[in-house]
Amino acid sequence: MAISRRNFVVRSTVAGAGLLVGLRFSGPMLLSQESEKAKKKGPVNPFDAYIHVHPDGNISLIVAKSEMGQGIKTGLAMILAEEADVDFNAVSVEQAETRPDIYEHMGTGGSGSTMENFMPLRRAGASVRELMITAAAQKWNVPKTECEAKQAIVRHTKSSRHATYGELVDAASKLPLPDPEKVPLKNESQFDLIGHATPRVDIPSKVNGSAGFGLDVRVPEMVFAVVARCPTFGGKPLHFDASKAKAVPGVRDIFEIPALGKDMYTAGGIVVVADSTWAAMKGREALQIDWDRGPAASESSAILRQSLRTAASKPGKRIRNDGNVDEALPSSAKRVEAVYEFPHLAHATMEPMNITVHARAGEAEVWAPTQSPDWVQRTVAKLLDLPSQKVIVHTTLLGGGFGRRYMADYPAEAAQIAKVVGKPVQLVWSREDDMTHDFYRPAACHRMRGAVNQAGHPLLWSHTITSTSIGAFWGSPDKLEESEVGGAKQMPYTIRNVRLEYSAVPSSVPPLWWRSVEHSFNGFAVECFIDELAAAAGRDPVEFRRGLLVKPANWKPKDEDDPDPARLRGVLDLAAEKVGWSKPLPKGKGRGIASYHSFGSYIAEAAEVTVTGKDFKIDRIIAAIDCGQVVNPESVRAQAESAIIYGLSAALKNEITIKDGAVEQSNFDGYDPIRIDEAPPIEVHILKSKEDPGGMGEPALPPAAPAVANAIFAASGQRLRRLPFQLKT
Amino acid sequence: MAPIQLLINNSPHEVEVDPDTPLLWVLRDKLNMTGTKYGCGMGLCGACTVHLDGQAVRSCQTAVSSVASKKITTIEGLSVDNSHPLQKAWIAEQVPQCGYCQPGQIMSAAALLAKTSRPSDQQIDSAMGGNLCRCGMYQRIRRAIHRAAGEGA
Ligand code: FES
Ligand code: FES
Repeated sequence: MAISRRNFVVRSTVAGAGLLVGLRFSGPMLLSQESEKAKKKGPVNPFDAYIHVHPDGNISLIVAKSEMGQGIKTGLAMILAEEADVDFNAVSVEQAETRPDIYEHMGTGGSGSTMENFMPLRRAGASVRELMITAAAQKWNVPKTECEAKQAIVRHTKSSRHATYGELVDAASKLPLPDPEKVPLKNESQFDLIGHATPRVDIPSKVNGSAGFGLDVRVPEMVFAVVARCPTFGGKPLHFDASKAKAVPGVRDIFEIPALGKDMYTAGGIVVVADSTWAAMKGREALQIDWDRGPAASESSAILRQSLRTAASKPGKRIRNDGNVDEALPSSAKRVEAVYEFPHLAHATMEPMNITVHARAGEAEVWAPTQSPDWVQRTVAKLLDLPSQKVIVHTTLLGGGFGRRYMADYPAEAAQIAKVVGKPVQLVWSREDDMTHDFYRPAACHRMRGAVNQAGHPLLWSHTITSTSIGAFWGSPDKLEESEVGGAKQMPYTIRNVRLEYSAVPSSVPPLWWRSVEHSFNGFAVECFIDELAAAAGRDPVEFRRGLLVKPANWKPKDEDDPDPARLRGVLDLAAEKVGWSKPLPKGKGRGIASYHSFGSYIAEAAEVTVTGKDFKIDRIIAAIDCGQVVNPESVRAQAESAIIYGLSAALKNEITIKDGAVEQSNFDGYDPIRIDEAPPIEVHILKSKEDPGGMGEPALPPAAPAVANAIFAASGQRLRRLPFQLKT
Repeated sequence: MAPIQLLINNSPHEVEVDPDTPLLWVLRDKLNMTGTKYGCGMGLCGACTVHLDGQAVRSCQTAVSSVASKKITTIEGLSVDNSHPLQKAWIAEQVPQCGYCQPGQIMSAAALLAKTSRPSDQQIDSAMGGNLCRCGMYQRIRRAIHRAAGEGA
């Protein structure tokens, strides 16, 4: 029997080894018991993960997903345990080695882990249960329908017989797998785990220092390296003098590595290798380097801001055009215009970039805190002239990802260094390296135009986005708007005349997805401007939005990112109810709201603020969430809190500015995220939903800043249109 | 480089390093005690917090030569089995997200509770203000400290 994309393939595994089921997370449903033949089938095995039911009845899920604190390992174990009907603690999730010949889809990001895995994993789990029931029924010679599985035991009540999965696994491994599309799944009322708060399995190791992050990798004989990179983007060393640096105790070697091309985008520079991180850093300080500051040495945020503003006042590429925004307006119409401005932002993961590489003869081993182990593997293999299979990548825990740890720049540098060093080498980025050589959230400027009629109804919505396009930088000129217009294109309010245009502004500052990607600015523009229209119409912001979230009887999403207006209204109503929207507030206090859809989830946030002169304080944030079927509510809450604080850091405080081609901020003094005394209480409410699970790593971020800006307007009458916020007295 | 004697988590250690080396890097690179984290190297984030004679200090700002006569406690020395009331509270409140900042958070909180058994929100703000959490788990940190205080840390 060949592996087909539609059928199960059944093979006996080696006797006594248990049951091994392969599954994939995307594309057509496919499960298979692994076989020698399947293994030999060629370089690409279609599976993304394996379920191994051991002879003792315990189950391992072997999967390549990075744990960045989102609780993915707990969530996956819950789904599998639920449908396989075993105890949650009997399932352990193991990090797969990086072998694209076995696992095809290994990235972790786009808030996608639960979204993509949910149904495939349920079906695979249910198949395990089904196999066990079938094996038991055959053994006892009774009809399957009389057998029941619970907690890894199959029972035949009529004859008071029972058998554990461990006892049945050998027989089960010889059975044909059921059709994954038809295998009976539990219905929601039978869920014991899915939807129930479950403590995360990664937490205990994170309270005693034993959790292993990338920087914690220790292998015998290892050395440490740092790189002196040109402060400007695209600059390079002209000459360097290493004599003083070589005299620093512990320094072993100093050499230059070249910058690598655009797909990796590394700065190149002078490498200092030493016995300890500290010695490497001291050695680097002692280097004397003359830089060729390169072609971008004159770039500045001040000039860029002007270019963005200019571009935003000109027509761009049409992305959406409903009706005619240029249609003549009645003379009684009220026009509203606003320009919103967004700075570059750094990811600033708590653990700076780092990676450990050991290049040996004919092979290499890598320990990487990464969101894309397969890209790390390809990169390291390429630079060490090895076939990919000869590079083993161990994914460590990640001290934050936020999109930054997708990239292959630090792995590429480490491979260049490892090639010279020949010993295991840990490349460490200092906080300064991390902040000044990040890939940054694009800087952007949005120009909005709208109008409302006398009855308080909006007549038009015109939105022009300009940004330092991610697509332009990474080389797809036909897709400049690809990571820039989401959420603005799906602007959910029913308005007859809508236009969206986009244009890219060149910049040498390397851009990248930042937590929630373009939704971080599009959510702000859309949710602040709808508030401005409500104010112009003299209407209540919640009631105004509600009236425009209309779901026609025959509604169908225009594309997969098109929000369901009814679900958006559902969270808007819940947030308004929970914050007590209609209760009056004392003078100086204000309430604001924003509701937004991204990554398959609907989230409304309401903020209460107190404004005193130029200062303001966020008193509380209420979040109302519809993220479809919830797997672990505990993780949903934690991720919502996290994304809100991350978004508020950008709204209140953070900005990366460029001067003379270099980033001006270098550590947490110049780029200081929110601290405990500034963090508002956050209250999370989750709507019950049977819809497919949406993502949760990012979607709570976009509504946070506009909810606060709208609250500040309500309290003070000031519209904050540039981030980070600055109030006038 | 003369050897330096250190007392860490009640065990004696001897290291030969440049006396200016920050304690952080001695712990991490010489003694392989990696629970204490590097976040900024400038006393700005608190990830490297340890106790010196019970006081919370930033080990990235503490030269190893200055601690030779002191009792050093790191996250590894808080308990062997997650039994410290703060560790229990951290688990109960599901505080860590990525977890990277948490050893430093817990060490700062432990020093606070040792002095102030029932801290107010304001006392928590001032004791914990030097500890960044990029994952934004601040309200959980606050709740966990109150919980541990309630259970008599
Ligand atoms: S590493 Fe010491 S305070 Fe940040
Ligand atoms: S838990 Fe990630 S930085 Fe605090």
